Amino acid sequence: MSMLHTVNKSPFENSSISSCLAMCTNDSSVLFIEDGVISVMKSTKFSDLIMDSLSKYKIYALKPDLEARGLSLDNVIDGVEIVGYDEFVDLTTEHDSVQSWL
Amino acid sequence: MKLGILINEGPYQHQASDTALQFVKSAIKKGHEIYRVFFYNDGVNNATRFATPPQDDRNITKEWSALAIEHNIDMVVCVAAAQRRGILDKGEAERNGKDSDNIEEGFRISGLGQLVEAGIQADRLITFGD
Repeated sequence: MSMLHTVNKSPFENSSISSCLAMCTNDSSVLFIEDGVISVMKSTKFSDLIMDSLSKYKIYALKPDLEARGLSLDNVIDGVEIVGYDEFVDLTTEHDSVQSWL
Repeated sequence: MKLGILINEGPYQHQASDTALQFVKSAIKKGHEIYRVFFYNDGVNNATRFATPPQDDRNITKEWSALAIEHNIDMVVCVAAAQRRGILDKGEAERNGKDSDNIEEGFRISGLGQLVEAGIQADRLITFGD
């Protein structure tokens, strides 16, 4: 059963990201929203974790939330797909269920 | 597809209510049905019409209200969470001996059963919270 996981907190704030990735299975996708988008930036201590995960799951980040925080799209880790709210809706309907890591 | 939305956070905590609002707008635009928006915990604070933010600040309560009226969305506020935080409709105000009610148009107060029902009836339940 495919599941969309959303992570809305910075990895520097809590451990949602590691809990989330520990629960992901092959047909899972992870969408970073709100402060969670910090997770997909290059050159942080979490970058390797994201890059390792990209070979297993699809990883997305919400563009309006990156832009609202002044995070350059050029600094997003290669392979992370940048999406808008329309694609967020598509992701929820394409997966069988949605798990919000709060 | 039928979508249920759960909002657990007030308008001035983080971003949950704003994210949910943008999500719902996109979902409607794409032709999905919003089965219900359920406001729980501090999320009930989104429902007070007494909030008067500065004019250059976004008024999320008005935005939810306008969207609900335009698209006939069922927006439910949890009664137990609402009573604790002073969110009252006319009936609850009378029942509790208060001098006024403060719920915004488009919201209604009901019980947790409405969340359970949304979980059962909607194809997806998406949580926005703290």
